[in-house]
Amino acid sequence: MADKAMDRIAKATPPGITKRVRGLSDRTIAWIFVAPSIFLLLAVNIFPLIWTIRLSFTNFRVNRINADVKWVGLRNYERILNDPDIWQTMQATAHFLIWTIFFQVLIGFTLAYLINKKFRGNDMWTTIIVLPMMLSPAVVGNFWTFLYQPQIGLFNYVVSFFSGVDPASFSMIGSVNLAPWAIVIVDTWMWTPFVMLICLAGLRSIPGSIYEAAECDRASKWRQFWTITIPMVLPFLMMAVLFRGIENFKMFDLVVQLTGGGPGSATEVTSINLKREAFEKWRTGYASAYAVILFVTIFGLASIYVKALNKVKER
Amino acid sequence: MKTSNLMMATAMATISAFAATGASAESMTLCWAAWDPANALVELSKDFESKTGVNMEFEFVPWPNFADRMLNELNSGGKLCDLMIGDSQWIGGAAENGQYLKLNDFFDANGISMDDFLPATVTGYAEWPKGTPNYWALPAYADVVGWTYRKDWFSRPELQKEFKGKYGYDLGIPADLSQLKDIAEFFQGRDIDGKTVYGAAIYTERGSEGITMGVTNALYNYGFEYGNPENPYAELDGYVNSDGAVAGLEYYKSLYDCCTPPGSSDWYMSEDIDAYKSGQVALQMNFAFIWPGVNADPNVGGDHTGYFANPPGPAGHYAQLGGQGISVVANTEHKDAALEYIKWFAQPEIQARWTEMGGASALRAVVEDPAFPDAQPYNKAFLESMAIVKDFWAEPSYASLLLAMQDRVHKYVVAGQGTAKEALDGLVKDWTEVFQDEGKI
Repeated sequence: MADKAMDRIAKATPPGITKRVRGLSDRTIAWIFVAPSIFLLLAVNIFPLIWTIRLSFTNFRVNRINADVKWVGLRNYERILNDPDIWQTMQATAHFLIWTIFFQVLIGFTLAYLINKKFRGNDMWTTIIVLPMMLSPAVVGNFWTFLYQPQIGLFNYVVSFFSGVDPASFSMIGSVNLAPWAIVIVDTWMWTPFVMLICLAGLRSIPGSIYEAAECDRASKWRQFWTITIPMVLPFLMMAVLFRGIENFKMFDLVVQLTGGGPGSATEVTSINLKREAFEKWRTGYASAYAVILFVTIFGLASIYVKALNKVKER
Repeated sequence: MKTSNLMMATAMATISAFAATGASAESMTLCWAAWDPANALVELSKDFESKTGVNMEFEFVPWPNFADRMLNELNSGGKLCDLMIGDSQWIGGAAENGQYLKLNDFFDANGISMDDFLPATVTGYAEWPKGTPNYWALPAYADVVGWTYRKDWFSRPELQKEFKGKYGYDLGIPADLSQLKDIAEFFQGRDIDGKTVYGAAIYTERGSEGITMGVTNALYNYGFEYGNPENPYAELDGYVNSDGAVAGLEYYKSLYDCCTPPGSSDWYMSEDIDAYKSGQVALQMNFAFIWPGVNADPNVGGDHTGYFANPPGPAGHYAQLGGQGISVVANTEHKDAALEYIKWFAQPEIQARWTEMGGASALRAVVEDPAFPDAQPYNKAFLESMAIVKDFWAEPSYASLLLAMQDRVHKYVVAGQGTAKEALDGLVKDWTEVFQDEGKI
């Protein structure tokens, strides 16, 4: 049937076209298809990367187009690596990254484990749980600033209800000690459903026969969990950690909406700091060096992680 | 025959359409921040449109993104704006980088004299280098930081009695910054009409320029200076971080710690307005542009509110300058029309109408009119404030200087990191680095 259809199409194709197409080698046709993508990749990714690396060795400022651009060698890199403020933003980023991933994996996996059980209203609960991740980060940031408001915010009242402290006595986004946790809570609220969905996919991919075999061998539920569930869900979990890690390393919108990087620089993550250097202070050369350092860091960490992920998959 | 008629008619219609397009009005764009005065300017500009036939378009950007958006536009050589009402601090960069047209010859040719404008606004909005007769803008909107207070609360006999008993003087407009803190402290956490209220809404914002625009009102009056006036770039030490400056910064922190509403760690103009209008605070620090809106507010307007200039401190009496000048963007393709707009805007009758409609003229003929001080309840405070203004750096590197100050001051005042001395020493270091990068020292 399919052959007949192909024959019909071949007959219907004008001879001129067939000739022209026949005149091209497979390799040429492949290049024709791939060339636009390669061109775009070079124009949008590779060229800017090379240009950024070049700028990182200069004192170029984009707001002084007419000024002389001097070659400063490694000075920008040296200043960045010796700047205690930059290290503080790195620490703020690490705090945000580690704790959000920890809570999202813990809560996401627990929710997935519970949702995976058959119970009435299962679909409805799944839908409700994934709602936060469908919202815009700007909207989420904005309404959480109201929830965190000391005088009228629901969050402070809930804490006050359970702990008895005066709700106006603490400010989640105005306190140096609490603000880093305030952004962790919001990101966890928003993105735990994403981790849950990935874990759920992992849990549902485990064949029931493996558990049945374990039951026959009289393995306890605890043992089944540690020797079947966790190892088989692990590649999915690691994938979720990779996605969330990359996303949170470049976190910008949510934190800007919530705290703007403050108070002080308690929540100034690297992306906010980089934006300030590049587009507020206009230190283009310096910001380029900063971007290169971050790129190398993310690329290096991601490469190591992907290797580990592949090893886990092979097991 | 019919066909040829039809063709003729079509040809005529096409020609008239093209002719109409060719003769259509010239169009140009004015860029400014999105706020009430900008809406007033749209109304005012209708007069210019009707007189010249030039069609005015407007690009207004909300304050938090205003500098980012417009400086990007200038730096990238964009052609969006023909006229720019830019912040006073941009003038150095815009002049040195050739982004604004120099207006001296135009002013001379059209009889526009800078002597006709308030001197502080000419220095602040139009001159670069400062103190030299090189003009890059026409003062467009005069603004300054001042204070509003709850006159209705202040006039309650029971509160007056309690205040006098506690502080030994009458509750009223503070005579100095120390009294201002007493008043704020007095109202902090007080129950008024069954509602907890707080002392003062002050600027603490970190992301753009907020805390700098606030803290300078204390720093100037305690002795802070932007370097040695004789040698400002090289001699910052001992001026920026003088004992007076340290005391001024400590004062601002103590005001923040004792007397502001909970959660006010990142407040600027709009948050201060909201807190005041919702009846949360007794005192509000803010630019004078908000005063007409406060006066018209159904809850706190009219007799409920009074206005006063930033009180003096131990070392002087100053207030932070706000406001902007109007400039012609060097890249414009409508240079003649843009200059025509400035000529039209500088006329005394237009300036008077500008103030009536919600603008704030800097023309002396308007603000020195004998009827002006009593025309609005806030006009006296405005005049008093405009006489004591001081402005932040307007260097081409103002953004770096501003961010350094935002960072150092916010970390000390709001986050409580380090001491006032350390914050200002750090600022000296940062500013020195910026000037070294600039090649100024």
